[in-house]
Amino acid sequence: MPDAMPRQTAAGFSGLAAGYALLSPAMLIIVAMLVAPMLALVTLSFWTQNGFELDTSFTLANYWALIEPADEPTMWMGIPFPFKNPVYAILMLKSLVMSLAVTAAVILIAYPMAYFLAFRVTRYKALWIIIITIPFWTSYLLRVFSWKIMLGFNGVINSGLMSLGIISEPLSFLLYNPPAVVITLTHAWVTFAVLPIYVSLEKIDRSLLEAATDLGDSKWQRFRRVTLPLSLPGTISAALLVFIPTVGDYVTPTLVGGPGGTMIGNSIQSLFLKQDNSPRGAALSIVMMAIVALLSLLFMWAVGYRKIRARSA
Amino acid sequence: MRKIFTPLTLYAILFTVFLYGPVLLMPLFSFNDNTFAVFPLKGFTLKHYASMAANGSMLGALWNSLVVATIVAVIATAVGLPTAIALTRYRLRGGGAIAAALMLPLVVPSIIFAVALLVILVRILNVELSLLTVGASHVFICLPFAIMVLMSRLEGFDKSLEEASRDLGEDGWGTFRRVTLPLAWPAVISSLLMCFIISFDEFVMAFFLSGTDPTLPVFLFGQLRFPNKLPGVLALGSLILLVSTILVVAAELLRRRGVQEKPA
Repeated sequence: MPDAMPRQTAAGFSGLAAGYALLSPAMLIIVAMLVAPMLALVTLSFWTQNGFELDTSFTLANYWALIEPADEPTMWMGIPFPFKNPVYAILMLKSLVMSLAVTAAVILIAYPMAYFLAFRVTRYKALWIIIITIPFWTSYLLRVFSWKIMLGFNGVINSGLMSLGIISEPLSFLLYNPPAVVITLTHAWVTFAVLPIYVSLEKIDRSLLEAATDLGDSKWQRFRRVTLPLSLPGTISAALLVFIPTVGDYVTPTLVGGPGGTMIGNSIQSLFLKQDNSPRGAALSIVMMAIVALLSLLFMWAVGYRKIRARSA
Repeated sequence: MRKIFTPLTLYAILFTVFLYGPVLLMPLFSFNDNTFAVFPLKGFTLKHYASMAANGSMLGALWNSLVVATIVAVIATAVGLPTAIALTRYRLRGGGAIAAALMLPLVVPSIIFAVALLVILVRILNVELSLLTVGASHVFICLPFAIMVLMSRLEGFDKSLEEASRDLGEDGWGTFRRVTLPLAWPAVISSLLMCFIISFDEFVMAFFLSGTDPTLPVFLFGQLRFPNKLPGVLALGSLILLVSTILVVAAELLRRRGVQEKPA
């Protein structure tokens, strides 16, 4: 007689079991696709590749190879890198700088658009949001490729300018360099940043803005003292959502970066698929992830993310 | 006081041009009668599309992608639905941590997951790489999107409907089948479409984890190196853009209707 049982207890007990049962497929996927592969990656980073064989004795050699000092430092952009394999440190620094440039550009470009969506669009808001989101869902590969068509030696900008008579021969500095990578990545990620910023702008209580105006703030003061601080949570998450994945990006540098525009992702890809040194590739992946995570936490601490979030919640 | 054309509106229009301009070059040049994507335009042609349709290996890759994306969409949504129900309807210890773990593919660079899966599959388990391994990785990266879409719908409708169903004597499964599922239906379709697009367009995982049978993006990537293959790539790229756009708009409209619609 199930009906005679106190409902609370029945629902409470079977409810908990049912809840975990519902979660079990997802938990299985986490274990199989996240936990186990990550453990394998960490384990492999302590092994070494010996020709075709894997030497499974524990060693830190792969990590050591990334930072092994050399007598003569290698100079890159005027910075000395005192390592025997300076390429990893150089690419890591270069990737971080390029990702930072991309993140800054993305936020600067996305913020006014999000502001427009939140405060100026009254009709057709859903339409605007769909327009902004469509590119995010279309093929990343094709969006990157379209910049290759744009910037190429035989590309749209060069041929366009030439047929207009503005230049007489193609500009060769457009493609295959770090700025081309930064432009392409900015374009590829900018829609990703609009939405979180828009959401935090949309949440702002409009009466706060009225209060600021009533109390004598000019438009600019109102923006700087009310709107901007209250939109920081969305802006900061947008920045992290762009910065973290772009550091490891490898499609864009491959397609538009040329030899000078390679990033750390290219190095990882090459260690795994070309140089057949997956243990060192594993170590490099882990170090990259650790550096990015550390920098992100440092950034959140520096801007006082916790406090900002608590204040605007 | 209300001006229609403010500097900010102008900015929004410029932003949209920046967003769409480069991408729209692809369809433009796919109809242009020239092997290179250069101005001035020479003339209208459909021959790039014809040559694409005659390319057997390209069609093979297209078929692979369609199959993988369909199966991935179904599995990710089928796993996402119970997960979303558990996370919205039950207060479970550790639920937050599981949700956070499931969202990781949104932030961690996919190359990390790609190499980690490559290591465990090839170096540890000795599994042959195939479309199966690509599909498994795609389920993992589609899952956060499926869960987000489904959760926002499940949070959007009145929970008292489910309680009423239970009070009227339906068991858990009956309530799910007769109340929750019909109400969540727009989000289920939306999730299927989104997962399909994500898997269909995904490159990095597929590049690392596919064997001899490429998916369409992997095949395309191989073609990008050869300048003489450009017209075919442009034609195929344009078709992919068109189909993804239609699917995204459909998914987005369904999702919005699903979230806003308040059942009477």
